Amino acid sequence: MENNNAFEVALSLLLNLDASLFQIVALSLQVSILAVLIAAVLGFPLGAAVALWRFPGRGGLIVVLNALMGLPPVVAGLMVYLLLSRAGPLGDWGLLFTPSAMIVAQVVLVLPILAALSRQKVEELLGEYREQFVSLGMSRLRMMPTLLWDARFALLTILLAGFGRASAEVGAVMMVGGNIEGVTRVMTTSIVLETGKGNLPLALGLGIVLLTLVMLVNAGVYWVGELTRRRTG
Amino acid sequence: MTSFNASLQASSALLPPPALCFDGVTFSHEDKQLLGPCSFNLDGTGPTLVMGPNGAGKSLLLRLAHGLLAPTQGRVAWSGEGRPRQAMVFQQPVLLRRSAVANLTHALAVNNVPRRTRVKLAYDALERFGLSASAHTPARVLSGGEQQRLALARAWVLSPQVLFLDEPTSALDPAAIKAVEAAVREFHQRGTRIVMTTHDLHQARRLAGDVLFLSGGKVREHTAAEAFFDRPVSREAQAYIAGELVE
Amino acid sequence: MKKTLRLILAVMTSMGLAQAAYADDYITLASTTSTENSGLFDAILPEFKEATGIEVRVVAVGTGQAFEIARRGDADSLLVHDTTGEQRFVENGHASERVDVMYNDFVLIGPADDPASISEAQSASEAFGAIASAEAPFTSRGDDSGTHRAELRFWENAGVEPDGDWYRELGSGMGPTLNTAAAMDAYVMSDRASWVAFGNRQNLTLLFEGDEVLFNQYGSLLLSRDKHPHLKHDLAEQWHKWLVSKQGQQAIADFRVDGQQLFFPNAK
Repeated sequence: MENNNAFEVALSLLLNLDASLFQIVALSLQVSILAVLIAAVLGFPLGAAVALWRFPGRGGLIVVLNALMGLPPVVAGLMVYLLLSRAGPLGDWGLLFTPSAMIVAQVVLVLPILAALSRQKVEELLGEYREQFVSLGMSRLRMMPTLLWDARFALLTILLAGFGRASAEVGAVMMVGGNIEGVTRVMTTSIVLETGKGNLPLALGLGIVLLTLVMLVNAGVYWVGELTRRRTG
Repeated sequence: MTSFNASLQASSALLPPPALCFDGVTFSHEDKQLLGPCSFNLDGTGPTLVMGPNGAGKSLLLRLAHGLLAPTQGRVAWSGEGRPRQAMVFQQPVLLRRSAVANLTHALAVNNVPRRTRVKLAYDALERFGLSASAHTPARVLSGGEQQRLALARAWVLSPQVLFLDEPTSALDPAAIKAVEAAVREFHQRGTRIVMTTHDLHQARRLAGDVLFLSGGKVREHTAAEAFFDRPVSREAQAYIAGELVE
Repeated sequence: MKKTLRLILAVMTSMGLAQAAYADDYITLASTTSTENSGLFDAILPEFKEATGIEVRVVAVGTGQAFEIARRGDADSLLVHDTTGEQRFVENGHASERVDVMYNDFVLIGPADDPASISEAQSASEAFGAIASAEAPFTSRGDDSGTHRAELRFWENAGVEPDGDWYRELGSGMGPTLNTAAAMDAYVMSDRASWVAFGNRQNLTLLFEGDEVLFNQYGSLLLSRDKHPHLKHDLAEQWHKWLVSKQGQQAIADFRVDGQQLFFPNAK
């Protein structure tokens, strides 16, 4: 009974183009997408580097990266909070309770996923390509962009995994953003708020909106991926 | 490595290809000696066909010569100054997930060839190897024979002074084999030293200038092609050729 | 490296991600989830903004966390309902002053059939005692919040040490605790505001109210200029003073849900 309400609520939210909902959706997308992009710029080269170079402690680093994929969001949020708090080392930057802090926290969450999974993919490709690359005279540094580009379709899926993690989490953004109305309130923290108030249909409705959003993003990326794959193989 | 542009001009004047020298080379892996000691000189015009039964160490020898592996003992040396420009074609062509022409321009980009030259050289090579129509096809979608020709085209654009080929036709049908052998001859005519392994006696007869025969990780014989096929000196080579005939 | 990072973050923020740009005057107020959930801020903050042009950004967390945020200098002002804790805060020098602002009250909620018969109790102590004797299921917030601390005082005054399977400590905010009580058909102590705003009542109903001991006093704290010189003290002081001003107090009294007044201004 209440669940039927939720679908109706979700639909009416979307159709009425509720202004505050729009702002919350826009902020959610901005934060998560930016976080994933930044994490990719940092994480993909990191993953490729770990795949390419041998160094002491490499095995340990791989284990740590893999383990950090399961970093609880609230723990990540807590760590970033302590970092950005006025009482903390980066307090002077005044970033706490702003969307920037939320992006930082989500980068912390998503980076291990992108690095660990890209490392595995690049290592796999390296097994296939290494002899040919050495034959062509490529240095390991030179191999990095070639391997990453060759892995692009797998990396796209890995990117989506990161985006899924970022858009679904609430612990980190709640902690460092403060769920301030109109400033740092996003879909997931809204859902927690409405659940806490006992407005379950509204909370579920928001949940459906969030899922729809994530579905659309995934569909869009898949479609783009398929188009380019057919074009260039 | 000699500079690309200098060699580009050099290769148009048919200089003799650099000579390869193996001096007491051995290769061991996990305390097991797989190859050697080997000592020989490849200083003729070639093409040199490296032959021998499976497990003789032909692929290892090629990789040691090309520098993909380091010898456990002994040394690999080249005549002339520095390490000559080389390329290698593998049994299974290793191509990037991009179009055929992009594979070629990539190889040129790696060697710091400016963009416009890259494109021209790439298309010229595609034409030479009969792949113009497939320029924008994803390389991995091409047939086995086409892929191997593409790998040869890639080697061609780099103007190598030495070309190594590791059983390049063992996975191909007769028409493709013919095309690949024609390509190898083109390299040879341009003055590239050819070092190629094969288990196909007939192919060896067709292509070889001289034969390097291996068995059990050691060089048993190194002779001119005619001499080798008519009157093999070593016991192992005799057995090998006899084995081929007894089908 | 630090400079580059700072630049990137500055670019990101200025890309309009903070909808409320740094151009506006604003303060960060640490308060509690129960206060925010009641809807009080939605009612009175616009009036404050109109009067002073200052935007108040509310970070609503548990009472313990609110104190911690203020202690760390991450908020410009503090509004909570834990008088003992607030006084200690001033004594420790984190705040320069504390004033009474308003009170709401706690109510006892329970299953409609009222197995412990608390609706007949004459005092809060009697009601709490009845629940303990009947060993009726009771959900406690258990999160060291102002509400939770108050609840523990009531048990103590009733001469009871709540222990046993019937006493469920959840470690949750008011809303989730009410949700769980509704699901378990259990007794729960809630602030009136949260109860009135609560949408998922199921079989629960208000059973006991009115005893003066159940009044829940709110205090506003002016944070120390010495300990945290970077805070927006002037703006925070305007807020602090407005709360106890005639206009502020009236705004609090005017706030109603379902016709009910939830907060009672009592500034001196």
